[in-house]
Amino acid sequence: MAADGADTVTAGDPLIELRDVNKHYGTLHVLRDIDLTVGRGEVVVVIGPSGSGKSTLCRAINRLETIESGTITVDGKPLPEEGRALARLRADVGMVFQSFNLFAHKTVLENVSLAPVKVRGRKKEDAERRARELLDRVGLAAQAPKYPAQLSGGQQQRVAIARALAMDPKVMLFDEPTSALDPEMINEVLEVMRRLARDGMTMVVVTHEMGFARSAANRVVFMDGGRILEDRAPEAFFTAPESDRAKDFLSKILKH
Amino acid sequence: MDVLLDNWSLYGEGLWGTVQLTILASLLALALGVLMAGFRVAPVGSLRTLGTAWVTVLRNTPLTLLFFAVLLGLPRFGLVLPFQTFAILALGCYTSAFICEVVRSGINTVPVGQGEAARSLGMTFTQSLGLVVLPQAFRTVIPPIGSTLIALAKNSAIAGSFSVTELLGVYKPLNEMGYSIVWSFVWIAVGYLIVTLTISALFNVLEKRWGVRR
Repeated sequence: MAADGADTVTAGDPLIELRDVNKHYGTLHVLRDIDLTVGRGEVVVVIGPSGSGKSTLCRAINRLETIESGTITVDGKPLPEEGRALARLRADVGMVFQSFNLFAHKTVLENVSLAPVKVRGRKKEDAERRARELLDRVGLAAQAPKYPAQLSGGQQQRVAIARALAMDPKVMLFDEPTSALDPEMINEVLEVMRRLARDGMTMVVVTHEMGFARSAANRVVFMDGGRILEDRAPEAFFTAPESDRAKDFLSKILKH
Repeated sequence: MDVLLDNWSLYGEGLWGTVQLTILASLLALALGVLMAGFRVAPVGSLRTLGTAWVTVLRNTPLTLLFFAVLLGLPRFGLVLPFQTFAILALGCYTSAFICEVVRSGINTVPVGQGEAARSLGMTFTQSLGLVVLPQAFRTVIPPIGSTLIALAKNSAIAGSFSVTELLGVYKPLNEMGYSIVWSFVWIAVGYLIVTLTISALFNVLEKRWGVRR
């Protein structure tokens, strides 16, 4: 999935577009004039130091965070305000959280099949059959009857990915999906994500995993202080970062 | 002992009256309380205002005053119902304010991420509350809801002053018949214990069956 050399690669058909997006938390300006386009089938990895606004950016795309100015469109439609229209849009945008957020009172199988039944109106048997297929795809078919608390962190996160995929989303958002995992479990989650990228899923991934950014991303977006400082192909970014802030960031994290 | 055996049916009617008041008012309080808790966390401002007003007014009105307002006030607006129904309305609405706050505190114990995950899957506010948040909140609020309903059972005594048949009111005819006031009240107290200990037992079972499993 290596990107094709050009500094800024944007696929022809934009799926997500952010224009002049701004947001404050009190006096903190967390998103400053953000412009970002994600093409269909593209994998965009967002990196940057803590507090740079990258999680907020990711969460703004399905309006878990509201924005103050600017526009966000998904598949040509601007993000609706609260209500049913927003719920419909969110059904098409999968989200994977740092803390997994599996429904604690539901089994693994119910976690994956609940929304397809309640939101998409699918038959329970169909939704469960599909849920088992997806659990098999993330290597967890045997865990279907268990509760989330009985699984390891890596297993929970793979269930969370299956749960999001069960809605057949147009795009998947990953908000630091491996940051709460033991080092041993990071790879099993990244492997599932790599496979998803190879299968052509459009993905926005906020992460600190530089290996994943190098191997799976079409573009790397580097953020600091609420601004996008670089938006380039991964090889170009990692071998020759343009901004001093990115050089500094990379020298610190690639040293150890 | 004689006072109980001689007036078995009188005590029985009183106890049955209290049981009826308790069960029906509890159901009303639970339904309204959960609904109002939902309102208080809703994304719609007017619903939040309604929920807050409901709790503020009912929680801060003395129950006896509320009984006067309902039993004497509502008929003036043309709403005439049996006194027992009025009593259930007053008790149920009053207690719903407390249930609402208990349920809301339960909602606040459910991690924010659970609701976010539900919404990110395209669930509406009602679905996310009903399918994900409330079932988990329910587990933590079982004990305080038990306490609130026990308070309701004892508060139902006020209905006796408004000529509704209930347990406490039994002392009046017994007193007129010349029975010892002390023993009349001892057996009334036993009757209340039967009701409240039953509620305790029920909630112990609920807690064993559904208590936090996370």
